[in-house]
Amino acid sequence: MKIPGLFWGQFRRDGALALRQPGELANPLAFFVLVITLFPLGVSPESAVLAPLAAGVLWIAALLSTLLGLEGLFRRDRDEGTLEQLVLHGDPLVFAVLARLLVHWLGTGLPLTLLAPVLGAMLALPEEARWPVTAGLALGTPILVLLGGVGAALTVSLRSGGVLLALLVLPLFIPVLILGVSVAELAVAGLPTAPVLAWLGAGAALALVTAPFAIAGALSIAVETG
Amino acid sequence: MDTPLLTVRQLRCERDERVLFADLSFAVARGTALQLRGPNGAGKTTLLRILAGFHPDYEGEVSRAPGPLAYLGHRPALSGLLTAEENLAHYLSLTAPGTALSAITDALERVGLAGYEDVPCQALSAGQQRRVSLARLPLLGITAPLWLLDEPFTALDDRGIALVTTLLEEHQAAGGGAIFTTHQPLAPRPGLETLWLGPEGAP
Repeated sequence: MKIPGLFWGQFRRDGALALRQPGELANPLAFFVLVITLFPLGVSPESAVLAPLAAGVLWIAALLSTLLGLEGLFRRDRDEGTLEQLVLHGDPLVFAVLARLLVHWLGTGLPLTLLAPVLGAMLALPEEARWPVTAGLALGTPILVLLGGVGAALTVSLRSGGVLLALLVLPLFIPVLILGVSVAELAVAGLPTAPVLAWLGAGAALALVTAPFAIAGALSIAVETG
Repeated sequence: MDTPLLTVRQLRCERDERVLFADLSFAVARGTALQLRGPNGAGKTTLLRILAGFHPDYEGEVSRAPGPLAYLGHRPALSGLLTAEENLAHYLSLTAPGTALSAITDALERVGLAGYEDVPCQALSAGQQRRVSLARLPLLGITAPLWLLDEPFTALDDRGIALVTTLLEEHQAAGGGAIFTTHQPLAPRPGLETLWLGPEGAP
């Protein structure tokens, strides 16, 4: 009774909040699209030049646009005092955290994954790599949101935590980036991509069962430091 | 019934190398409200945060009767983009999941905001936001035996102040207790006690 109530109560609230500020949802996506459209303009419109870069560009843009949306993940709740109520009454806090991250992923990671095949075509991403890369993003963006959430929770009390947040989480994003790009290389070489996708899936599962606890702990500490 | 809702023994807290209070002992029995008074910076908010469990940096003993706690900080803990009803529905999902949403309408009516259910909180005045925040108290009622209120009278008009006083009296009559801070002088009444913080003690 209590735990589904905690999860869905938080999900409804965060969902309503996300829908009331569509700009905050659109910004990381617009950033993603813009960065990717700059590559054919800035590097070369030749598909022979773009094709080998395409998967890497998609992943780096996805990583940076995820980073862009992270800073505000818990900041507003803290400033309003809602975080105190959440820590006081929301025990166990991980379920509210999971709901918040799910809403965040539905608003950033999911649309970004869905846009990837289209933007991949713009970057001359080889046909055979299109769906493997999309599958990689579908598994990888939840990891980015979960790990990024830990960084956002740790820096929530800092006035200008943005740079520190990037320094904290970007190194953690690197394995995801390497695995994600290697999916495309394997697909182009005609090799099976399932093993690497399985690694990404394992990473997502591991992040799903560990990161919410770290986030809950970091948020409790943030409330204690006032 | 005889065990106090809250007992504090030998509490000592330092902040920024300044002793806020030392050797502080008091208890809140059922049916009493304790007003914390003292100059700005005397440690009233810190004491409330210690009692709510938000400030682990203290020495001494704090023991609380089981049961949830209502804590209203000096920030109203409302999301400006959400309506009064949505904010309180989220609070209910944390504190008492499964409660009928009509309880929210009743609570808003109680704090004088009937008809404001669907107004985003950022469109409300500071006093109205404070009232939405205070609507949590009738919502929880005696299910949260101990109320900790930080400056509950801020931004309220005379009728708002009378409302908080009534809410406190009803809570005390139901066997609850409360600790609140305010600089407002309150008329003495049975069950209302005062605790002075600060170096000089009571003036």
